[in-house]
Amino acid sequence: MTQLDAKIPSGPLAQKWDRHRAAIKLVSPTNKRKFEILVVGSGLAGASAAATLAEQGYSVKCFCFQDSPRRAHSIAAQGGINAAKNYQNDGDSIYRLFYDTIKGGDFRSREANVYRLAQVSVNIIDHCVAQGVPFAREYGGLLANRSFGGAQVSRTFYARGATGQQLLLGAYQALSRQIGLKQVQMIPRADMLELVLVDGQAKGIVVRDSVTGKISSHSGDAVVLATGGYGNVFNLSTYARGSNATAIWRAYKKGALFANPCFTQIHPTCIPVSGDYQSKLTLMSESLRNDGRCWVPKKAGDKRAADAIPEEERDYYLERLYPSYGNLAPRDISSRAAKRVCDEGRGVGPSGLGVYLDFSDALKRLGEATIRERYGNLFDIYHEITGENAYQAPMRIYPAIHYTMGGLWVDYNLMSNVPGLFVVGEANFSDHGANRLGASALMQGLADGYFVLPYTIGHYLAGSKKVKPSVESAEFRQAESETEARIARLLGIRGKRTVSDIHKQLGKILWENCGMARNRQGLQDALQKIPALREEFWGGVTVPGEGKDLNQSLEKALRVADFLELGELLCRDALAREESCGCHLREEYQTPEGECKRNDEEYAYAAAWQYAGETSAPVLCKEPLIYEELPMATRSYK
Amino acid sequence: MNFTLRVWRQPNSRTPGRLESYPARNIDPNMSFLEMLDVVNEQLTLENREPIAFDHDCREGICGMCSLVIDGEAHGPEERVTSCQIYMRSFKDGATITVEPFRSKAFPILKDLIVDRSALDRIIQSGGFISVNTGQAPDANALPIGKDLAEQAFDVAHCIGCGACVAACKNASAMLFVSAKVTHLGLLPQGQPERDRRVRAMVSTMDAEHFGNCTNQYECEAVCPKGISAANIARLNRDYALASLKGMFTKKSESAGGG
Ligand SMILES: Cc1cc2nc3c(=O)[nH]c(=O)nc-3n(C[C@H](O)[C@H](O)[C@H](O)COP(=O)(O)OP(=O)(O)OC[C@H]3O[C@@H](n4cnc5c(N)ncnc54)[C@H](O)[C@@H]3O)c2cc1C
Ligand code: FES
Repeated sequence: MTQLDAKIPSGPLAQKWDRHRAAIKLVSPTNKRKFEILVVGSGLAGASAAATLAEQGYSVKCFCFQDSPRRAHSIAAQGGINAAKNYQNDGDSIYRLFYDTIKGGDFRSREANVYRLAQVSVNIIDHCVAQGVPFAREYGGLLANRSFGGAQVSRTFYARGATGQQLLLGAYQALSRQIGLKQVQMIPRADMLELVLVDGQAKGIVVRDSVTGKISSHSGDAVVLATGGYGNVFNLSTYARGSNATAIWRAYKKGALFANPCFTQIHPTCIPVSGDYQSKLTLMSESLRNDGRCWVPKKAGDKRAADAIPEEERDYYLERLYPSYGNLAPRDISSRAAKRVCDEGRGVGPSGLGVYLDFSDALKRLGEATIRERYGNLFDIYHEITGENAYQAPMRIYPAIHYTMGGLWVDYNLMSNVPGLFVVGEANFSDHGANRLGASALMQGLADGYFVLPYTIGHYLAGSKKVKPSVESAEFRQAESETEARIARLLGIRGKRTVSDIHKQLGKILWENCGMARNRQGLQDALQKIPALREEFWGGVTVPGEGKDLNQSLEKALRVADFLELGELLCRDALAREESCGCHLREEYQTPEGECKRNDEEYAYAAAWQYAGETSAPVLCKEPLIYEELPMATRSYK
Repeated sequence: MNFTLRVWRQPNSRTPGRLESYPARNIDPNMSFLEMLDVVNEQLTLENREPIAFDHDCREGICGMCSLVIDGEAHGPEERVTSCQIYMRSFKDGATITVEPFRSKAFPILKDLIVDRSALDRIIQSGGFISVNTGQAPDANALPIGKDLAEQAFDVAHCIGCGACVAACKNASAMLFVSAKVTHLGLLPQGQPERDRRVRAMVSTMDAEHFGNCTNQYECEAVCPKGISAANIARLNRDYALASLKGMFTKKSESAGGG
């Protein structure tokens, strides 16, 4: 079992990062040029890291699977980004953002990382404004803020309903500038399919060019994975269709530990599923809960139209259950509340799996023009998809898979247990514990990429011998031939089921057994079903076309093959955690009101899983979570 | 609903392509256009035929990856949406629908409906940014920016870089795309120091990448999923003229090439 050392600096919490930065080894400007860093991913985390490393003088290669770095999934983030600026003078501070994030994560995140995140949050906003990000402003010309779930202050910065787009374009432009300066070599339409270790250190990757199908190796002095979350393991989710787990899964199989895989976030406000053909679920940003009120009829089976149900027959369940946070209760709590009222037969819409998000009060109070300015594009998206007008009738929403708090285990320096392998953004596990608060993923991605990794990677490089290996070496040759063999095997099956069909089935197993509520029996069942499905995949899937060609079926098959393994680890982790915390509700461990019952005595740790080969079960390594500053408390939003 | 699709099939950039017909049966009116293509592709896969290749990712109108010409129109029959936001209820039951790639000299076809739009990236790389390194910025509120100006900047910054403007233009001009970025950064105070070199560099890269000239047809504006106004092109022309004029009097450093 790997002994985990989180390398948390000593000293008082508020001084850890400054002291650490002061103690970190530096790489001289002339030496930086000689180091080559491979950054996989060009989302907020990857683009910001690649741009900053290049600005510092490192040689960088950056990869993404889309045709352009500007299209990474971060582009779709809507609502906003948190920062402890206290511009609204409402009592915010670094400490309060830190506190809210730890509490939101239900005391399952690492204290020192979260404090640092809150500290650098303020620098992010400064930098993005300097890049020209058009954040929303007040008439006086200063930056505007809105509120997000799990906070009682207004600290969320936003650019209409397209904050992720504007932040990503800022990072993309910074990256483009470095590409223009030839400091970064950008390699789009490339799928990373393998990590290469040399003498136990991460020294390269194998990629498939998705236009030609050519397999090639790239070597470097360090590898940074910024490949996003793995929520598509559930098939239906709010992720982009291409989002995948392959990069982190391959790293896991090469020895990197995978932490808290079962911590997957289900977002309360998405457009409900309408049919079996559906390919993705669309998020309606949490910011809508600033002005929208969630309700269902009080009576089960009430099929009247929303406007025919009088006020006194409506149950504004979030306001009733959580009076001090109301509609801004955190995501895990709001999602479960929606599930509960639907399970009681009070759900709305054709499927009964939906609740209302009603803007009529806000429309009366503020007028349509203000609502349009705040959320116009979201109302438009809603209209396009459902054909309904939310200015006239309430939206119907339902929870959906949205984000993954779990990911590769990293230490305080954002390095995994594999030396030279760094993991940033949603791909790592570090900051959000068992539940992420809204507007905190953009913050974390940019914190990691702009302000943390560029320092900490230098410490590793300064201490390592410069031995960028040749791609002709045995390690690379072997990784390439294993990849070629995997592809040949997939193309050779020519069975009767499509990849999508199997992916759907996997998603269903996970949603039912490892979704909003989990229990021992269900998880044990899933642990039987998933290996059987995997066998069916490898025995009976059909992947048309050829390997040395643009072949989207093959790309998908490679991703689903990895999801079929990861899905099992999700269930294994959920089964091993015999407590409830944040997103992870084990039905055996809940309060009489259906809230999470944590077990800090036995489970106050990050569960980091170590791969142990095809035939043995993975090994659970534990990083104890020690709270120096905050006493562990029961979370309450009542 | 049932449809007949006529789809552009082309194995790669070197081999000529052609339109082929496929039935799309039992289509739910609430399916998106891409979900309808998924259904057709599932069927082709089961018949051991190669599915239709098309670019897509977010499927909610923001990544700019989807790029179909549907019945002759870039991003299809509805206004202000991307291909992934077209729903089958927009078509008549029984209709024949033609699906082609975004065609332009600057966008070589890679396969079927997939084209190479990297020329747009190269335009940004030549100058579509503000040169500021991480860690150099002053406090964000040190520079007040009027609300209306911020909103105007957002309107153009909202461009998703899909290239529909190029595909719709009979001259394959990228002026709308370039004008959106030049206007976004040129409106803001942070963008002023590099305003002249930015516009010169971006326009010269645009010319080098085989995009055509704008002859004021405004097809670009009509198909833009984010409603970016062609008035920005006039602004681009003004900025460019002014920058070129100034450039004649000052020492040129045209290698904005990254800044
Ligand atoms: C609809 C939606 C709305 C959201 N809204 C908000 C919000 O308002 N506020 C907030 O804080 N968070 C929000 N989030 C969450 C947030 O957007 C993400 O967590 C964050 O953007 C992830 O950034 P990232 O850089 O880690 O990964 P991503 O942006 O997902 O980027 C991943 C990158 O890795 C590349 N990649 C992946 N796999 C491979 C591979 N195998 N080979 C090569 N390249 C690969 C991709 O090409 C891409 O460039 C939202 C998420 C969704 C889905
Ligand atoms: S798939 Fe992203 S805009 Fe259409």
